[in-house]
Amino acid sequence: MKLYPVRGGIHPEYRKEQTSEKAIVLMPMPAALYIPLQQHIGAPAEVLVKEGDLVKKGQMIARSQGVISSPQHAPTSGRIAAITEVAAPHPSGLPQTTIIIEPDGKDEWAVLPEPIADPFAADPHLIHERVAQSGIVGMGGAAFPSAVKLNLGTQKKLDTLLLNGAECEPYLTCDDRVMREYADEVIDGARIMAHALGTPRVVIGIELNKPEAITIMSKAASAFAGVEVIGVPVQYPMGSERHLVQAITGLETPARKLTADLGIVVHNVATARAVHHSVRFGRPLVSRVVTVSGRAIREPNNILTPIGTRITDLIEFCGGFATRPESIVNGGPMMGQPLASLEAPVVKGTSGILALTTEEINDQPTSSCIRCGSCVTICPCGLSPVEMAAFIRKDNLEGAAKLGVRDCFSCGSCSYVCPSHIPLVHYFNYAKGMLSDLERELRKNDRVKTLVEVRTIRIEKAAEAKKAALAAKKTAAAPAATPTVDEEKTNA
Amino acid sequence: MTIPTSSGPFTHASTSVQKTMFMVLLALLPATAFNMYLFGWPAIFLFAVTIGSCVIIEAGCLMLAGRPVKVTLADNSAVLTGWLLAASLPPWAPWWIGLLGAIFAIAMAKHAFGGIGQNVFNPAMVGRTVLLISFPVVMTAWVAPHPLFSVGAPGFADAIAITFGGHMPDAMSSASALGHIKTELSRGIPATQSITQVPDMMDMALGYRAGSMGETSILLILAGGLFLMAKRIISWHIPVTVIGSLFLIAEIFHTADPVHFTSGTFHLLSGATFLGAFFIATDYVTSPVSKKGQLIFGVGCGLLIWLIRNFAGYPEGVAFAILLMNALTPIIDRYTRPRVFGRDRKGEPLALSKEKP
Repeated sequence: MKLYPVRGGIHPEYRKEQTSEKAIVLMPMPAALYIPLQQHIGAPAEVLVKEGDLVKKGQMIARSQGVISSPQHAPTSGRIAAITEVAAPHPSGLPQTTIIIEPDGKDEWAVLPEPIADPFAADPHLIHERVAQSGIVGMGGAAFPSAVKLNLGTQKKLDTLLLNGAECEPYLTCDDRVMREYADEVIDGARIMAHALGTPRVVIGIELNKPEAITIMSKAASAFAGVEVIGVPVQYPMGSERHLVQAITGLETPARKLTADLGIVVHNVATARAVHHSVRFGRPLVSRVVTVSGRAIREPNNILTPIGTRITDLIEFCGGFATRPESIVNGGPMMGQPLASLEAPVVKGTSGILALTTEEINDQPTSSCIRCGSCVTICPCGLSPVEMAAFIRKDNLEGAAKLGVRDCFSCGSCSYVCPSHIPLVHYFNYAKGMLSDLERELRKNDRVKTLVEVRTIRIEKAAEAKKAALAAKKTAAAPAATPTVDEEKTNA
Repeated sequence: MTIPTSSGPFTHASTSVQKTMFMVLLALLPATAFNMYLFGWPAIFLFAVTIGSCVIIEAGCLMLAGRPVKVTLADNSAVLTGWLLAASLPPWAPWWIGLLGAIFAIAMAKHAFGGIGQNVFNPAMVGRTVLLISFPVVMTAWVAPHPLFSVGAPGFADAIAITFGGHMPDAMSSASALGHIKTELSRGIPATQSITQVPDMMDMALGYRAGSMGETSILLILAGGLFLMAKRIISWHIPVTVIGSLFLIAEIFHTADPVHFTSGTFHLLSGATFLGAFFIATDYVTSPVSKKGQLIFGVGCGLLIWLIRNFAGYPEGVAFAILLMNALTPIIDRYTRPRVFGRDRKGEPLALSKEKP
């Protein structure tokens, strides 16, 4: 299969060997699970239980609100200990409403929805509905409600489901392990998703640094027509949806459009497996595989973790810290977020928890830019980070916007290669935040202006109506009188 | 645990400005060491004076600017500037040439613009050019090779007299090949005839010829350049276009009119073509950041070198050509930005089509 070149990219030290040969192990049930109402992009879920309620594993404890939202389910059986504010797995560490479950140790399933007997004969809507009810979100990290993406087939003409098994982030091996250990489940899930989307073709893209996964997945896929596994070059950020689509199809997704506009929908491999569970067994998304790695972790591992497990419990399960970590990262080291608190729970989008040492991070003091141009050469978006950063330093956000800072998706390649260790991504995130604030402000001003205008018009109209009514009354009072010249003037 | 204040990434390549500069110095070492041997003690003294002056002036400027002195000096950039400046000086020039050059290079061309990364012009080339214009006689006083410890080479004491006493022995001077041909042409002697009086091509390539302190050994400079490419410190874009365009235009004119124009090979092997193409035109700060811009920059340098060598008052044009292209770098950068993913050259979103590009 011919692949297409993708601009730029880097070859970071992958350091996947810490966990790539570690088979997935089961996390023992912790003393408490913390289920935030918002683990996805969109509106937070609405609580269905109250303190003291007894719940079963897989029981819905919060339902989705609105079109883009996702429900939450109890990851085990137990008692609702509290519904309260807990630090979110977010750099801010700000609290959000969280349901705390005390497991009863029985891990008893609730009555689950019936499996869909023959999903390939089922109405796609039935599958959308099931995926939505199962609380499945994109497990690659973005956590966008999967059902919404599976629904794209009703709006757009689609031809390919692209399953993302690139896993281009260093350290992370959870997708690799899922593909190696559950290839049949992943492929079954993918085929169900393709049916729901109405795409005849399924392509699974896996970076060539995962040869076992490629072999096993290819073997599992060989049983089905229209499912193919493609090894893609090891080139960060190959796992970016748009870049993976370009590598495999040669199509470049236009700015402000979706890959679906090109007929391609991208889903993560772990998401496909979750779909398999929900359609074939009625099981909602209550656990996920998390890579816990980094040199500060005593025993790095891939762990099947109940959603809501506190990160501190997860790290303890891995033998705790071997040395003092410099940073705890939620996700991969390139695009992951720093964690403010170890009390935050594992959520549906948590692909990795990394405890990194100073040597691994290798963050040197920033020195002056020497215009080496590495950032321009490697930017997978074709941007000029050196110039954008210069504008942002002078707070010329408009200039940075003109150069396309909003098209930057913070892959971190520029910061990674910069010999002067300039925190370029930090600049761009700042600019993007400020620019969207400015836009919001502008929109607000526009709205206020419109409202004022509407009000003025309304008042004018009311005044006119009043005048007209008065005039009508007058005419009614003196119907015989012919209008005088003066009156005509006033009326005009 | 503190609240993290910085965005990712949480891993970085082990690159640094210091390492980059050090690699360039390492790549320069063989060619320069060979020239030190070839031109003997006076060259070694001038080399030391020039680099020493650059480092001291850099330290002074940093202190005046209130910047950290030790850390910034450790980036090796002043040493590199001094090295390149020395490499472009006549080997037996007096000590004050090195000192003055260092003042122009570091204080005027670099720190007056704001220090490392901020200068528009290559500091070493500014230093050399100012010296050449101000002291044309001293700056074109070339010597024939006098290898260290060979018969007739100046001893340690003689060398001190040459470098620090200003006693340039007349008998030892020699013209550079480019200079010789230019002078002869002005006297009406065709290049076809005068070229027989310059060192043969093999000596030129090996570096056994008169010339600046670091420019003569084409092969060692090439080896250093290839080393930098292998280490990904520089890319092929600038060196190949500088050398390629110079060779091409020289060869075209040489074929059409060999009496007035020397061959492409001669242009490549003489003067500072290779030193300029691999080590000076590739200076990060003063060359374009995009690969496309670098191609334009390189071609511009190559053509300007040829134009200056043939039609301007000076026999050598590498420094002038690079400075002129330095001035164009900001505008080249502006017009050679890469196309943004998903957008056309004007920055508008691409049209939605399922056609492969």
